[in-house]
Amino acid sequence: MLQEMVFAGFGGQGVLSMGKLLAYAAMKEGREISWMPSYGPEMRGGTANCVVNISDERIASPVGSMFDVAVVLNLPSLHKFESVVKPGGVLIWESSTIKEPPTRTDINVHALPAIEKASNELKNVKVMNMLVLGALVGIMDIVKKESLIVALEDTLPKRHHKLIPLNEKAIELGMSLVSSGA
Amino acid sequence: MSADVRFMKGNEAIAEAAIRAGLQGYFGYPITPQSEIVEYLAIEEPKHDYVLLQAESEVASANMVYGGAAAGARVMTSTSSPGFSLMQEGVSYIACAQLPCLFVNVARGGPGLGTIQASQGDYFQAVKGGGHGDYRLIVLAPNSVQEMVDYCILGFELADQYRTPALVLTDGSIGQMMEKVVLPPPIAYKPNKPWATTGKPQDRERNAITSLYIESEEMEAVNNELQAKYKAISENEVRYEGYNLDDAEVVLVAYGVTSRVCRKVVDLGRDNGMKVGLLRPQTLWPYPTAAISELADESRVKLFMSVEMSAGQMVEDVRLAVEGRKPVHFYGRTGGIIPTPEEIINAIKAQL
Amino acid sequence: MTAREGYKVVAKRPSTLLDKRMHYCPGCFHSTVHKLMMELVEEMEIQDKIVGVCPVGCSVFAYEYMNIDMQEAAHGRAAAVATGVKRMLPDKLVFSYQGDGDLAAIGTAETIHACNRGENFTFIFINNGIYGMTGGQMAPTTLEGQRTSTSPYGRDVAKVGYPLRMAEMVANFEGVAYSQRVTCTNPAETRRCKRAIKKAFEMQMKGLGTTFIEVASNCPSGWKCTPEESVTWIEDKMLPYFPLGVFKDVTKKEKKAEA
Ligand SMILES: Cc1ncc(C[n+]2csc(CCOP(=O)(O)OP(=O)(O)O)c2C)c(N)n1
Ligand code: SF4
Repeated sequence: MLQEMVFAGFGGQGVLSMGKLLAYAAMKEGREISWMPSYGPEMRGGTANCVVNISDERIASPVGSMFDVAVVLNLPSLHKFESVVKPGGVLIWESSTIKEPPTRTDINVHALPAIEKASNELKNVKVMNMLVLGALVGIMDIVKKESLIVALEDTLPKRHHKLIPLNEKAIELGMSLVSSGA
Repeated sequence: MSADVRFMKGNEAIAEAAIRAGLQGYFGYPITPQSEIVEYLAIEEPKHDYVLLQAESEVASANMVYGGAAAGARVMTSTSSPGFSLMQEGVSYIACAQLPCLFVNVARGGPGLGTIQASQGDYFQAVKGGGHGDYRLIVLAPNSVQEMVDYCILGFELADQYRTPALVLTDGSIGQMMEKVVLPPPIAYKPNKPWATTGKPQDRERNAITSLYIESEEMEAVNNELQAKYKAISENEVRYEGYNLDDAEVVLVAYGVTSRVCRKVVDLGRDNGMKVGLLRPQTLWPYPTAAISELADESRVKLFMSVEMSAGQMVEDVRLAVEGRKPVHFYGRTGGIIPTPEEIINAIKAQL
Repeated sequence: MTAREGYKVVAKRPSTLLDKRMHYCPGCFHSTVHKLMMELVEEMEIQDKIVGVCPVGCSVFAYEYMNIDMQEAAHGRAAAVATGVKRMLPDKLVFSYQGDGDLAAIGTAETIHACNRGENFTFIFINNGIYGMTGGQMAPTTLEGQRTSTSPYGRDVAKVGYPLRMAEMVANFEGVAYSQRVTCTNPAETRRCKRAIKKAFEMQMKGLGTTFIEVASNCPSGWKCTPEESVTWIEDKMLPYFPLGVFKDVTKKEKKAEA
């Protein structure tokens, strides 16, 4: 099965690395993957996004126009991507900073106060993206948590490995927020 | 030994592939969206033996490649569209002097300074001869990060085999995207180039590398030699991939990233009862003319459609192959926009 | 713009600078020099007499901000383009505005030959020692040992050569009337920069030959530092190699001859 996902937010919120980590974890689980970033002037105005495809078969197009999952961390991204979630798909939005909630009713909408939770409960807003990723795999079961940890170990430079436990905590917090929340 | 599987950007993958192909010299000038190639090579440099030099311009890069190739080394450069325009002088000289080397164009939208988003607007420049004179480049068009690796190595090999420059024509989207790649083990590259200018020993004639043939007869003889070589390449090196062509009524022709989108179009079309197939040229020169021609003879084939990120360039080669037997349509976007499967489906529907 | 009551206007956007949000990174001298130039255009009342040529580099969009007639050249070709403009419009004030990659790498031939012909236009040369626009690669003016994305272990002069001193180099050409290196690291230097550009424009109006103003500039993004640190870096690292000063002034010579 092919899962088409888009991650979008301000540059610096870690949307590109979130997508990369997920793709890497899926690759480690033996699946086919692609990761396509926005670059150049698209990034201007501070909004970045990446499209991640995960599939059991060879991936046809690395870009898409409709998505199974959209993760949006700022308002411009919500505006851009709410309408392109496939009916029945999943939309995760950052609800502690986006003040205009999504309006669609034919998709599964998950409000996630990721920034607030990361800064209050983890005392580090930088791992907000890991929290979101945790929530996503909590909702969708795309990859195993363990694979995400392997991905962190493989892709983070050695000198940053001391941050892995914090990232793991963020992933777990994200997962727990979606299992207890709704 | 387990396979060396990595998750890499297209640009990084091509750089790593070049190293594994036994790269001896890289000469280039920064330009988006391909700068990761030289940046990757700069980081890796201390671990390897290759020479890496940032040139003062693409004019210089191409001519450094000329010198390095004539000295018998495995050399390359990479650039993006405006830079490849500047290299055309060198390309023409290299082709005439019959020097094996690899060019990489990670194309972006033009004309002019244009945009840094992906484009296929350099097709004519690549396959019809962007520089002066009667020459051809072997043009390889990857559509995945894996093929960035495979075609980089293949490009070097074909260049050596035919003593001719090869070009990997890709674009910003494949350069920037990340996918899984399986890296081949490094090649122990031992060039065998008796024609190279390496210093004349007592026991051989001097070697001269030139593209100057003042006498018309001599120039024509060189042209005949080049044409004979190009004929051999055309006969032996055409590469393409077919997808669901066996019963196709609509034949899409697309290369590079648009061929990936078209693969999806084929699936979508078939879900909607349209018999769509895809022919993807992997070599843009030599072109899979014969394969397209055979399809044009099939009565079930109703039409061809060339899908490109250009205003319509490769479509001319499809028309040349089809020779009026079937309608040949075109769908394209420019400016760095990748067409969506839905747009393409609609374009097909409009023709049926 | 009028001052609020009780306030006095001490700084304002010149009318010749469009009221647009610039794409330059915070603290980048490109925006400072744009402002200085446009103040001069306003003060000298030359908006209708000036034509500029922008390069390929971070200042590629200078024409979006400077409210004067401008052209955008191919990478490195601004001096040739400016030559074409000036030869066709000899009564206009013409300038090229170029970065170090543009003027001193890919465009070196055009730069040298315009100077050698004494093309009567003004070069505004923004030397920030790096390729800003393409994401921080080594430039011809990158200092020895300086790290960039294509010299990740520091510039090795034995391998890639030495940083080019352009203001000194062009001073050697007979056709060059004026060459000066300035900077914008503090208000006094910024005012000196403006005076230098003014002098170059005035000399051009008199038809004295090529005028060349090099600005020892910064690139906080490419240098991976804060704007403040970039100023210290210019003072401590750049200026010892790229000294400020006038390297050629034909009007001085004339005066001496008169005396
Ligand atoms: C023919 C060609 N080669 C390369 C480029 C890519 N390119 C754009 S700007 C630039 C250099 C920018 O550096 P600089 O001139 O120092 O200006 P800055 O951005 O630092 O102000 C390069 C290499 C191009 N646009 N055209
Ligand atoms: S990249 Fe450097 S030169 Fe370009 S605007 Fe930013 S600070 Fe200025």
